Amino acid sequence: MGRIAEAFDRAAAENRAALVIYLCAGDPSLDATVDLVVAAAESGADVIELGVPFSDPTADGVAIQQASERSLARGTTMRGVLDVVRRVRERSAVPILLFGYYNPILRYGEAKLVADAKAAGVDGFLVVDLPPEEADPLVEPLRAAGLGYVPLVAPTSTESRIAQAAALADGFVYYVSMTGVTGAKDAVLDEAAERAAALRPKAGAPVAVGFGIATPDDARLVAAKADGVVVGSAIVRAIASAPDVASSVRAVRELVAALAVACRR
Amino acid sequence: MRATLDLPPDFDPVTGRFGKFGGRFVAETLMPALDELTKAFIAAWADTEFRAELDALLRDFVGRETPLYHARRLSAEVGADVWLKREDLAHTGAHKVNNTVGQVLLAKRMGKTRVIAETGAGQHGVATATACALFGLPCEVFMGAEDVRRQAPNVRRMELLGAKVHAVQSGSRTLKDAMNEALRDWVTNVHDTYYCVGSAAGPHPYPLIVRELQSVIGREARAQVLRQKGRLPDVVVACVGGGSNAIGAFAGFLEDRDVKLIGVEAAGEGLNGKHAAPLTAGTVGVLHGAKSYLLQTDDGQVAEAHSVSAGLDYPGVGPEHSHLKETGRATYLAVTDDEALTAFQQLARLEGILPALETSHAIAALPKIVEKHGEGLTIVVSLSGRGDKDLETVQAALAERAAKSH
Repeated sequence: MGRIAEAFDRAAAENRAALVIYLCAGDPSLDATVDLVVAAAESGADVIELGVPFSDPTADGVAIQQASERSLARGTTMRGVLDVVRRVRERSAVPILLFGYYNPILRYGEAKLVADAKAAGVDGFLVVDLPPEEADPLVEPLRAAGLGYVPLVAPTSTESRIAQAAALADGFVYYVSMTGVTGAKDAVLDEAAERAAALRPKAGAPVAVGFGIATPDDARLVAAKADGVVVGSAIVRAIASAPDVASSVRAVRELVAALAVACRR
Repeated sequence: MRATLDLPPDFDPVTGRFGKFGGRFVAETLMPALDELTKAFIAAWADTEFRAELDALLRDFVGRETPLYHARRLSAEVGADVWLKREDLAHTGAHKVNNTVGQVLLAKRMGKTRVIAETGAGQHGVATATACALFGLPCEVFMGAEDVRRQAPNVRRMELLGAKVHAVQSGSRTLKDAMNEALRDWVTNVHDTYYCVGSAAGPHPYPLIVRELQSVIGREARAQVLRQKGRLPDVVVACVGGGSNAIGAFAGFLEDRDVKLIGVEAAGEGLNGKHAAPLTAGTVGVLHGAKSYLLQTDDGQVAEAHSVSAGLDYPGVGPEHSHLKETGRATYLAVTDDEALTAFQQLARLEGILPALETSHAIAALPKIVEKHGEGLTIVVSLSGRGDKDLETVQAALAERAAKSH
């Protein structure tokens, strides 16, 4: 069993939802990202989604769009992101999922990226614009390497699409709380959590809910019913509004700790 | 009643691929909507009533068929027999309306209550706003802030037609970013919103829908050149941004193996500098839901395109063009901003036609084609749009050119 699945099992055994924290690699810098990942892990994050910035993040709202732009403007590359993972591994065993868009993966080469990611200490991949129909070129090398793959299920997904996603899931299934982009404010989270719980028997893996979860109160609503809670844009905003790296690390520690408390049932 | 959908060569309707290009690379939220759209389009396209309604609109509202005009003075100048397929004479002044009337009619049939679109030069935005006014549907258009500036007349036209125009401030503030923002809107409002894509790009089924709706250009041109000239052309030429007018023009001649198909991309400031020529100087990647040629960095970030013409200022291209390039059925070349400006002036003075800057690229390619393939060829050019929208850009560029030469 991979570290991602273990993290969900451990959270379930402790009667809480697993807390998944998204960070955009390279915002404000790759050095800072190493410290931020470790800080999030030490403060109660069970899984890290490490965002690989992309020039055209069509599934993301303003917060992550701008973080991606800042990161790319500083010259972040896939190799730089893998190096962050390598450096985190000297200090933490927290499961890390690379989270991003398909083109940088395609450009790097799926098989080569999976090999390099595994060597760096990555645990799995989540690719927002890679539906099950197109996922084989990435999923096959991931399976061969024993790394996880996290498919997305949306409120619009049909039964047959849910089954397709479930067949690919290795680690968890990411349930998108609403039709929209990341960081949107109009998610009805208690209903989303119920849909995630109903999805659980069909998913073949734990189900985490993301999109529109910003505060400990939001997290509590979702954690009551779902296996996992994903927080991204709120973390990215906390980092962006901090005046320096030390205070961004402090801000992430505080927010993650409060979210972790809220994930207890 | 059933009509037939003749699938394009090498097209797989299950995967939405032209050869190895195309497909669907979008957020899961949109996948069911793309399935629904595919089914709805195939059913509508096979429904003779839908086709008859569309044909009547194309005739009475759009003004089809558009003429095929024998450009005698231009012919003498370039050393070829040049025939212009006058899409600039279609309602709203460009070929874009062929697609929007069809797609908005489809939106209505699907029961959608709101239409969104992206636009570069503003021609697709105007055409979508026009079709929405015709069918009484609310319309919102996403347009890069840079394009809002350089295509101001089209922004005013869209607003007069009742559309709301959103100036997109992210990224390069051009067509690519407008499409990103339209996709974000669609993923949010997918239950009631129809996304009217303007180019032969995007996830399946858009490249199929747009090529079928634009294929009227090539079908008409083929019949007209046979009637007027008494033979098929040697060459069909069209400009390529995303590639909708080109794919429409090429579609009519794909099976005529002796007819050369030549697409003309924007070389911008030159292929070693900033340009918008992914087929000529790009690599294969995934942007806006499809695998196709793309301008990108070594790290897979999409590069900013540049063209003096907003409609060609796009780093990607429709997947069928990538396939036609790969198989060799079509060839692609690129002309610079400067060459396009010269061609703009040339067509104005020789034929009394102000072409769009996009279209000017196709005109600018004619001497290169004659140089390569010899004099005396019969060439059909897709004159995709009129240039009134470009007057400010052209005047500024010509003033700059005059200042440089002094």
